[in-house]
Amino acid sequence: MDHLLNVVNVSVSLQKKEILHDISFSLDPGSILMLVGPNGAGKSTLLSAISGSLPFEGSVEIKGKNIRSLSRQQIARSMGLLMQRNSGSFDYTVEDIVRLGRYASRTHPFSRSGSSDEKVLQAMEITGVDSLRSHSMRTLSGGELQRAFLAQVFAQDPDILLLDEPANHLDFLYQKDIFALIDRWRREPSKAVLCVVHDLALARKYADRVLLLHHGQCAALGTPASVFTRDRLQEIYGMDVHAWMQALYAQWEEPDPEL
Amino acid sequence: MNRRSCFSMPLRLFWIAAVCGTMLLCVCVGSVAIPLTETLQVFRGLLSGVPSSSTFGSIILSIRLPRVLCVALVGASLSVCGCAMQGLLRNPLADGSTLGVSAGASLGAVLALALGFQIPGLRYGATMLSAMFFAFLSLLLILSLAYLLDKTLETTSIILIGVIFSMFASSVMSLIITFAGERIRSITFWTMGSLSGSTYVQAIVLCAALILCYAILRLHAEELNAFAISEENALHIGVNVRLVKLIVLITVSVLIGVCVSIGGSISFVGLVVPHMLRMIFGPNHDRLLPCSLYGGAVFLMLADLAGRTVLSPVELPIGVVTSLVGAIVFVVIFYRSRKGRA
Repeated sequence: MDHLLNVVNVSVSLQKKEILHDISFSLDPGSILMLVGPNGAGKSTLLSAISGSLPFEGSVEIKGKNIRSLSRQQIARSMGLLMQRNSGSFDYTVEDIVRLGRYASRTHPFSRSGSSDEKVLQAMEITGVDSLRSHSMRTLSGGELQRAFLAQVFAQDPDILLLDEPANHLDFLYQKDIFALIDRWRREPSKAVLCVVHDLALARKYADRVLLLHHGQCAALGTPASVFTRDRLQEIYGMDVHAWMQALYAQWEEPDPEL
Repeated sequence: MNRRSCFSMPLRLFWIAAVCGTMLLCVCVGSVAIPLTETLQVFRGLLSGVPSSSTFGSIILSIRLPRVLCVALVGASLSVCGCAMQGLLRNPLADGSTLGVSAGASLGAVLALALGFQIPGLRYGATMLSAMFFAFLSLLLILSLAYLLDKTLETTSIILIGVIFSMFASSVMSLIITFAGERIRSITFWTMGSLSGSTYVQAIVLCAALILCYAILRLHAEELNAFAISEENALHIGVNVRLVKLIVLITVSVLIGVCVSIGGSISFVGLVVPHMLRMIFGPNHDRLLPCSLYGGAVFLMLADLAGRTVLSPVELPIGVVTSLVGAIVFVVIFYRSRKGRA
């Protein structure tokens, strides 16, 4: 059977410099793969290449079909991307944004998204932006804006969700909400998630598998426990990551009632 | 469909009434004031197939009506073009005149006039084609230069290049005019933008171009919304970004080319009208495009009326009026958008 997403030997060069070298992995329904690695390892670049916004060598297949043979609309029907940062220069409402998620499903240019109202409402509901539906995107906080665009991707109803640091710059509450949403979403039939994260603790908690990138190469691919070995992280991050994590989180374990 | 963002029937009726009302006003008022009852009688006669033979009738039918029609059509065209470009480039200051497209089109038209290009059978055919071609060429040139300068097509860099290109185009134009001598003396007046002496034939050409181009842009309203939010987002929701951009740019160039070859370069209409309407009706192009269509017509008819009447009997070229209003509004928008970002 074909994988939901199959990435084979993908390399990306920008201005004659190779940013990514021979990355291969696949994604099956129900799974969540996280891309991790130090700054500049090529995580976001890989995501851009897969989503088709950067030229690359190698091949990316969605359900057995090469992405190069698909139209943008076909790609958008099976793959949705939440960008790291979204901003707007006009006063579009949250509902306008979410409704655009239905663009890929329209059958002809005259059909406006009327028939798919339900998906739009549903998407706004599960992301909790339905109370903001007529608010201008310029009045939203970073977290609200990010959730509005998450609602857009949900309304798009793709099989594969690509996320570029979805909770970056966000409060813990939003972070928790967003990852809980994503985790619930991927349990629906034939859905999978590919997500770039910085925070190894998040990867450890939510990922089935992680792909550790280092200088544009795949350093390791497997379950979080098997990839995040002390020696490997030491080598790649240039520091004892385990000790640092323990130092960071140890103090939170048992709050001292005296304090 | 989102009720807030669609072009509802009451809104459409309001705009149609506004356009008809303004048109009537512009036909009545002028160096010779014509009473409303007379005007209505002339129109009634026209509709029943018995054209009135009075003096008023001939003033209205042979002078004022074709002019007002052309003014309305040019206003609608320029405003729709501005609206589409602002959405496409996610830039509230984009417009045929700020981007240098109008200057490019003028250059094309002047070149065709000076070299005496002719298409047999069509008096202004060559001028028009040349204007369209140069409009597209300059748009392409300006956008690629701006893209080289910075990849995000930032407001300031586009406008900077647009201004430089406009200066370049107008200096080349002056050069041509200097050497062409007698042949195109009237051109100096024409480059300021004027629609006096318009004919029904011009109105028909404008109307055809507007219907075609507006239909194309209207079909891409949803894509324009996506572009206006962000081009990258548009790509990810499934918009064929490159194709849509090309379609919109070509359409806009054709329409601006036609307008410029008929009325000269009338600046700032495409900037001011969509911007003001966006503040009232919101940025959704499903609604903004039709509003710009009607609003542009009303705005330019009023500007033309002001040009004809304020300093009467001296007549100001319409481009002078729009530039006066537009320059002020431009500064206001620019400051507001700067402040908004800081």
